[in-house]
Amino acid sequence: MMAATMPTPGSSSAITFEDVHIGFGEGEILRGVSFSVRERETLILLGETGAGKTLTLKMAAGLLRPTSGSIHVLGQQVSQMQERELLEFRRKTGFVFQEGALFDSMTVADNVAYRLREDRVPEEEIEPRVLEVLRFVELEETLEMLPSELSGGMKRRVSIARALINHPPIVLYDSPTAGLDPVTSQTIITLILRLRDVYGVTALLATHRLQDGFALANFHFDPEAKRVLPNARNGNARAAAKAAETRFLVYRDGGIYFDGEPEEIANSKDPYLKRFLV
Amino acid sequence: MADTSFQVTGREPKPEETLSVVEVLGDAAKRTVASVQEYAQLSGRAMANIFVGPYYFQDTLEQMDFIGAGSLPIIMLSGFFIGAVMVLQTGSQFARFGQTSLTGDVVSIALVRELGPTFTGLLVTGRCATGIASELGSMLVTEQVDAMRAMGTDPTRKLVTPRLIAALLMMPLLTAITDFIGLLGGCAASVFSLRLGVVEFWRRAIDALDFADLMQGFTKPVVFGFILATIGCYKGLTVRGGTQGVGRATTQAAVLSSVLIIVADAFLTKLSLYLSNKIF
Repeated sequence: MMAATMPTPGSSSAITFEDVHIGFGEGEILRGVSFSVRERETLILLGETGAGKTLTLKMAAGLLRPTSGSIHVLGQQVSQMQERELLEFRRKTGFVFQEGALFDSMTVADNVAYRLREDRVPEEEIEPRVLEVLRFVELEETLEMLPSELSGGMKRRVSIARALINHPPIVLYDSPTAGLDPVTSQTIITLILRLRDVYGVTALLATHRLQDGFALANFHFDPEAKRVLPNARNGNARAAAKAAETRFLVYRDGGIYFDGEPEEIANSKDPYLKRFLV
Repeated sequence: MADTSFQVTGREPKPEETLSVVEVLGDAAKRTVASVQEYAQLSGRAMANIFVGPYYFQDTLEQMDFIGAGSLPIIMLSGFFIGAVMVLQTGSQFARFGQTSLTGDVVSIALVRELGPTFTGLLVTGRCATGIASELGSMLVTEQVDAMRAMGTDPTRKLVTPRLIAALLMMPLLTAITDFIGLLGGCAASVFSLRLGVVEFWRRAIDALDFADLMQGFTKPVVFGFILATIGCYKGLTVRGGTQGVGRATTQAAVLSSVLIIVADAFLTKLSLYLSNKIF
């Protein structure tokens, strides 16, 4: 088993997990997990179903409390916060749920505008902002549609738009491509790339598809050219920097099995890691 | 380390555990106490939110429409026939003593003190506690409640308190309507079955009531509203086991709130009678 990288004390970490344990009735699911995500970095969290990926995201958002250990997000100790403080804290993070988790009784526009209305933003300001983010996910024509009228991929895109509406510095993605066809998955990954490269968000992305992680590591969105370009072989300094901003973390049996750069996992001969490439 | 897809590592097979009857009962008791505690905390937070903002007026109005206006047809139809049946049952007994004119008194007192609040409570519970439990349960299993929390919204404030306020406000109004429609039904039955005069029925029905009856009749629906809203919300927000769990929670919400309403009714009746003897 490969050694896990311990969080660097005093580094500009956006998210830090230190010796985090969590479990329910049937025993512990995560046993002493430690890692950190630097600002503007994308951490790809890989693992089999039930490995604790979603739990990690929910703990980072303060939706679940760890049994022990500490979690710092944007300099605040989330694991010790009261629910009232957590409600305020969560406004600084965006969360994209696996199935979208859109409010099914609200239209797409109301779903996206939800957070702004909660913050009592004037109505005349809400409409252009909703249009802006829906245009970003290329779904401006769905404004008045209900979630039940959208396809799976469209729901995920609306969910990304909803998470993006108040430009959070951190976005947590829970298996954003799970259950989608390859073309739609590519659309979602392109969107995540654009979000990273246009808004510079820090991201924690849980997935069981290694190719999603490689796409994020090997491509970047060029705002001037307005398209996705490969990082490799073009000598572009910004592209090289983007590749360095992506890291992989693999969970196995309640602990961290691998923590490293895209090249390390790509060149690994480890049979367990290779299973994710299939 | 597992080298093939079919090897499972790190999970030792659990030895078969045999639990004694005492342990099973102990676990059940612990779970019940924990549930009561959770319910009390949820109800306490929902009540506290009534006095401290921010408020969700739009959600409260929607729930008032759902619980209040939405329940009108069933309580009106039921109320009319409850009043009519009361007259038919009591009238035949009073006829033996030649006192059919007392029917108005009995129907009025029985409806205002007891039947109006209880039937309204049970009917609205059957319709709304189940509706609340299934709606919130579905939101929970589709992660909509988590999404709400993730966006900085307190689900108790957004989902529970508006339903609680709506039930507390609507139940006394619905009960008043049930009482009135019940008396109309009673009047119709008196006129057509017992040949009593309309004016005499209403005069006796109104004269039979005093302030203590009205206090009793309008205190109970407030408590029943509290029960149906909080039980519906609690069962909805503690769903386990996907869509099947939603169905189970819905049934439990209907059964538990109906039983609690009947139990609370007994205690409230005793308390009201005690207070009316002391005060009025």
